Amino acid sequence: MSRVGVFICHCGVNISSTVDVEKLCEEFAQEDGVAIATEYKYMCSDPGQRIIKEAIEAHNLDSIVVASCSPRLHERTFQLCIEGAGLNRYKLEMANIREQCSWVHKDKEYATLKAKDLIKMAVAKARKNQPFDQLSIPVLKKALVIGGGIAGMQAAIDIAKAGHKVTLVERTPTIGGRMAQLDKTFPTLDCSA
Amino acid sequence: MMDVGRHPRIKIFTLSDIQSIKGYIGNFNVKINKKARLVDENECTACGDCTKECPVVIPNEFDMGLSSRKAIFLPFPQAIPSSYIINQQECLGKDPIICGKCIKLCEKGCIDFDMKDEEIEFTVGTIIVATGMEIYDPRDMDEYGYTRYENVITSMEFERLINAGGPTKGEMIRMTDRKIPRSVAFIQCVGSRSLKKGGAYCSNICCMNTIKDTLILKEHYHDIDLKVFYIDIRSFGKGSEDLFRRSKGEGVNYIRGLPGQIREDPNTKNLILSVENTATNKLEEHEVDMVVLSLGVKPHGDAQKIQEMLALQKTSDGFYMEAHPKLQPVDSATKGIFFAGCSESPKDIKDSVTQASASASRAMRLMSGGEITTEAITALVDKEKCNICGICAHVCPYNAVMMDKDNNMPAQINQIACTGCGTCAAECPADAITMKHYTDSQIEEQIDSLLEESPEQKVVTFACNWCSYAGADYAGVSRLQYPSQIRLIRTMCSGRVDKKFIWRAFKKGAPVVLVSGCHFGDCHYIDANHWTEKRVKKIWKKMERIGIRPERLQLEWISASEGVRFSKVMKKMENLRAKVTLEEIQDTKRILQEHNE
Repeated sequence: MSRVGVFICHCGVNISSTVDVEKLCEEFAQEDGVAIATEYKYMCSDPGQRIIKEAIEAHNLDSIVVASCSPRLHERTFQLCIEGAGLNRYKLEMANIREQCSWVHKDKEYATLKAKDLIKMAVAKARKNQPFDQLSIPVLKKALVIGGGIAGMQAAIDIAKAGHKVTLVERTPTIGGRMAQLDKTFPTLDCSA
Repeated sequence: MMDVGRHPRIKIFTLSDIQSIKGYIGNFNVKINKKARLVDENECTACGDCTKECPVVIPNEFDMGLSSRKAIFLPFPQAIPSSYIINQQECLGKDPIICGKCIKLCEKGCIDFDMKDEEIEFTVGTIIVATGMEIYDPRDMDEYGYTRYENVITSMEFERLINAGGPTKGEMIRMTDRKIPRSVAFIQCVGSRSLKKGGAYCSNICCMNTIKDTLILKEHYHDIDLKVFYIDIRSFGKGSEDLFRRSKGEGVNYIRGLPGQIREDPNTKNLILSVENTATNKLEEHEVDMVVLSLGVKPHGDAQKIQEMLALQKTSDGFYMEAHPKLQPVDSATKGIFFAGCSESPKDIKDSVTQASASASRAMRLMSGGEITTEAITALVDKEKCNICGICAHVCPYNAVMMDKDNNMPAQINQIACTGCGTCAAECPADAITMKHYTDSQIEEQIDSLLEESPEQKVVTFACNWCSYAGADYAGVSRLQYPSQIRLIRTMCSGRVDKKFIWRAFKKGAPVVLVSGCHFGDCHYIDANHWTEKRVKKIWKKMERIGIRPERLQLEWISASEGVRFSKVMKKMENLRAKVTLEEIQDTKRILQEHNE
């Protein structure tokens, strides 16, 4: 049997004003395979992350579900957090109960129902999450800059001066771009060439 | 420019088009086509002898056609490389009977009509996209009469006229009589901030450019009468408001309102502007000697080609879309690729330089380390199950599948090239491919758990990580309300949505299933979403055949910036859901049981 930890975030009142966080905690604590379900005002904060880390150790958790904001915002935060407690980062699953629930629905009853489903889905997936090692890829120390206008030239010179090789590809017969055509430029009215 | 031209670590290829870019962060393979210049750029000393007897006279693009050049020419005096070039479309050729004069005039023998286009291939670790912008063509706005009235010019033509190195050596003259104008009107927002013509966005640079122009004119010709017609003057940024105040202090007349029409006095060739002054609510007419159209900017035409090659995304205005508008403003969503300058949005020089340096430092951050770690979300083939059909190799947008059908070798996936879209896993007829972290059984568990209670109340929505899921987040951040029946299942790409997931959802009682992904051309996995569409179309046909209303399976493309569209689509989904009865759901379950789906 898996040992999932469910951590539900209030996000101040961003989530908890529309989703009944306490009720969800009570319900998920009873769920099969869930070892602990708890809530906190800001899960992403240091004290919030400490709650997760301590629970991993205390309850010997093997998978984590954080129900909070979008994974596009804090997936990396919580991945690093559980890694710090010795769990593989792919053992994390997030339920997006802010952007895709509390912020877009007003009715607390329905929003709570939906949040419950979202967490349930995350728990179902988390149970089957496997640990993986990230891949390491070598990066060639050469850059391609497409376009030889002011931006392309500036990027090329910065990279070259830092010690890397740069290939600058320009479609027209010369570099310089639009800027070369300008006389004086704002805000200082000095020459652009 | 000089610094770039002479830096030993910068190799410049001009007259060159990118043919293809393949590969991934850290190791991109680039093919370019360097067109024949017909002049040896390393030997040419730019003495200009060659051009003396060239009989072909062409409007000079650099001076916006206000001067002429020959078919063999130096684009402008400071051009880099500092070498002449022959435009092959314009040149009469090397045949001595017809022409070939330049060959004789070049003492160093730099002209070579046998020069061929070169295909050059190289590898790089990172890419900076600085494809720039184009300037709006004001012929589109007939009311201003550009090209019909000679004394109506564009802001770019103004730049060349006022430039000491330009065709008039820095004198602002009227086109019709070569006299210095006594009065000039500037019209703002030509091609910007309009839902009808040009861009709907603010082009950022034109207000400040006009303010600068008025100051230069006042400096050149103290008594000149200047009027600026505008919607708002946007003089934000350091030093800008000061400059605006200086311009007003010099007596430049700022009039709020854009002219509806320009007429020309046939005798004097003066221009008469009709405008509703929105500060006084009066209709006014202004007669001036010259009009300058302050042109907006638009995305560069080349941007499309590069976008497709590198699987980049664009915002609705056509400029490249950054990975995050605030936190990753110079990164593209494709790793190892960064934006600089106007390719991402209209910018002035300072912002272009700032962004270019930021991009350079983001790229250097990758290169300096020498290696990076990437997600382990990739596909794996079970060799035992693989029936060597080759479909996975066919659908993979990244050529990451190695296949040797002739020698009966099962498919193998290059773990570095694989980006984890999951299209192969969805298309594999033998179910031999496992998508790490998004396995079949994980997605099935999600479907099952969401449909466990009151499935008739729920809309199962598959959303791709980059566009539609991000669009849902955008709707959230914008607090756009939509029905709470919607439940999202995140996959990396809509290409991952296996047909069996859809059948499973219907079998478990889903009234409506929505598959959503990026718009065509925006797909984060090049074109993986084309397979999504093909698959959904096939399922629609089958639904029709076996007696399930195809409307219950929906396919929608929603981009990361389309929060409003997301919430609209969700309302539509709820309307569809509300019409599906419990009987219909029971029927569907029975039908699917019979057809063993």
